[in-house]
Amino acid sequence: MLHFGKSTAGPQGTTPVVIMTTLKKAAQMSLPDRPLSPHLQVYRWPISMTLSILHRITGVGLGFGTLLMTYWLIAAAAGPDWFADAQTFLDSWIGRIILLGFTVSLMFHFCNGVRHLFWDAGKGFELNTARNSAIAVLLGTVVLTVATWIIGYEIRG
Amino acid sequence: MSLRSPIGRARGLGSAKDGTHHWWHQRVTAIALILLSGWFVISLIAMAGASYEEARAWIGHPVVAGLLLLTIGFMFYHLKLGLQVVIEDYVHGEMVKLGTLMLSSGACLVGALACSLSVLIVAFGG
Repeated sequence: MLHFGKSTAGPQGTTPVVIMTTLKKAAQMSLPDRPLSPHLQVYRWPISMTLSILHRITGVGLGFGTLLMTYWLIAAAAGPDWFADAQTFLDSWIGRIILLGFTVSLMFHFCNGVRHLFWDAGKGFELNTARNSAIAVLLGTVVLTVATWIIGYEIRG
Repeated sequence: MSLRSPIGRARGLGSAKDGTHHWWHQRVTAIALILLSGWFVISLIAMAGASYEEARAWIGHPVVAGLLLLTIGFMFYHLKLGLQVVIEDYVHGEMVKLGTLMLSSGACLVGALACSLSVLIVAFGG
């Protein structure tokens, strides 16, 4: 413990006050270099965390999307009237928005799923690699979604 | 209180033998779905705007029907495993969790059955 009032010179000729000041300076100087635990005001949200939660959200979304696939297959089995209803629904604006959401979710879940499989094999854990693969997943999602819809519209005419 | 060390206790009990079962099946279905969903999406794009007869001819083709059944099986099993993890992570009450798990697993089973039966009905000309 340091006693300000009564102490005289320290072992190396320094007073406790000087030691205190030096310690304070050292503490201030070293502060920015120290690893800090995540803090809300200075925390940079890593892109991998966004993709991680998106993987779950798109996964659950695709689960609801299978209802659409189920409906389409049942309609194809049930007869021409049912099938016509299903096609009319998928052709409507609501149907197309749902299909677009389904395509985006599927492409994202597909790309990020491949990224997860690489991790499962123990590859790509370096910070730079993980960040680059995250960006690649986002680019892949956009490219595959756009390609799917362009080709779809081309075929449909 | 036992004086045995944790490792000794674990050895005495033996391993559960299926601790990685869920994880592994999720990966195997994922790899299968890379191929199957790729085929499925490309086929659906090619089928855009198909008529009732064209759609039925496609679904009813033996190879397509087989691949569809595989896709349906892997897809709903993968979905069941994934939903299970999400529910176990976010639903905490024991009874509510069990109920939600039963509901989601049941829904996946019903979905898989409905899709498979529809494919079979079309394939065998129902």
